[in-house]
Amino acid sequence: MAEQELGDAIIRRQIGGLPVPEFSETAWTPPPLLAEAKVAVVTSAALHPRDGEGFTVSDASYRALDHGQRQLVLGHWSPNFDRSAFGMDYNVVYPLARLDELAEQGVIGSVASTHYSFAGNQPDDVATIRHDSGPACAAELKAAGVDVVFLTPV
Amino acid sequence: MCTLAHVFEAAGLATVTISAIRAVAERVRPPRVLHGEFPLGRPLGKPNDPEFQHDVLRRAFALLERESGPVLEDHPEVVIGDEEPLSCTLPPRFDPELALAVDEARGLRKAYDRALAKRGVSDVGKAVDADGVPHALDVLQNIVNGTPWKEAGIPGGHTTAVANDIRAYYEEAALELAGAPDVGGRQVEAWFFERTEAGKLILDVRKALAGQGAPQPVWFFMAPMHRN
Repeated sequence: MAEQELGDAIIRRQIGGLPVPEFSETAWTPPPLLAEAKVAVVTSAALHPRDGEGFTVSDASYRALDHGQRQLVLGHWSPNFDRSAFGMDYNVVYPLARLDELAEQGVIGSVASTHYSFAGNQPDDVATIRHDSGPACAAELKAAGVDVVFLTPV
Repeated sequence: MCTLAHVFEAAGLATVTISAIRAVAERVRPPRVLHGEFPLGRPLGKPNDPEFQHDVLRRAFALLERESGPVLEDHPEVVIGDEEPLSCTLPPRFDPELALAVDEARGLRKAYDRALAKRGVSDVGKAVDADGVPHALDVLQNIVNGTPWKEAGIPGGHTTAVANDIRAYYEEAALELAGAPDVGGRQVEAWFFERTEAGKLILDVRKALAGQGAPQPVWFFMAPMHRN
């Protein structure tokens, strides 16, 4: 009897076959030495404070998250991923405590004071993120002196 | 995430992306990717395991030393999502006048409140707050019983939001009741959809909505795609 396929495998197979944006080439920015780099987290988990603006379905905007704000709503609309882990330990999605430890150890230069959240549930062409909200967020990160962005999905 | 990596890199930021679905990363080709074959929703692999999380970060940041890309590497440890329902006691039947799921939700309220007090925040709130969960379940039960979905008074008018709130209410209460420092990737989901009256009701509502001719987006996203 064939082994039953697990939920994650089914979802990976189905989402993995959906249309994706195409890029003719991959941009490449050389980073500074990691021990001198300022690192920020950008996640597609649609994180936001409860008293802040949430994300609507297919919302292509982003939220700035203060480094000290750890009580965050996981606002992503998809029913397809595990939400329990974030409830138990935010670092499994948004690893700020781990980055603080790496900064204390001197492995990374510093941790940014502001991080950013997008919603992963996007239209297939992700046009707004490519041409509007993504570049706007990049400009904010650059203005804050960020060198390296660590990107996490859910 | 892969698209944002392209955008950020073009703007002069170096990026490292954790990938959850390898097939997407392979096709979008962002600059530096560490794929984690971990339960979806856990890009750092394991909650409450700083050592493992640091290992993911170390391997991801090591990609910054590459001189050219794109580069896509795999974290060497595969973490399989446990689908055995969480061991979590449900409240006994209290008010036989209420629909099963409504009675059940009321019985979980104290656990939900304790969870909220500990974490300080709740994911419930897209369409209803915790007070509105029993009513939302009542509305869904009415649809299953034959009320046309457009006349049912779905809170916020959005089935996905309602299902999201009900599930969050239950899952947050369940984590409090189970009291475990870690549970497998789909254990709480399995408990909700296989053990609770609310979870079973949401699956029944999906079928009822489809049967009433509701558009697919109205019912499809109320539950994970593998739970037909």
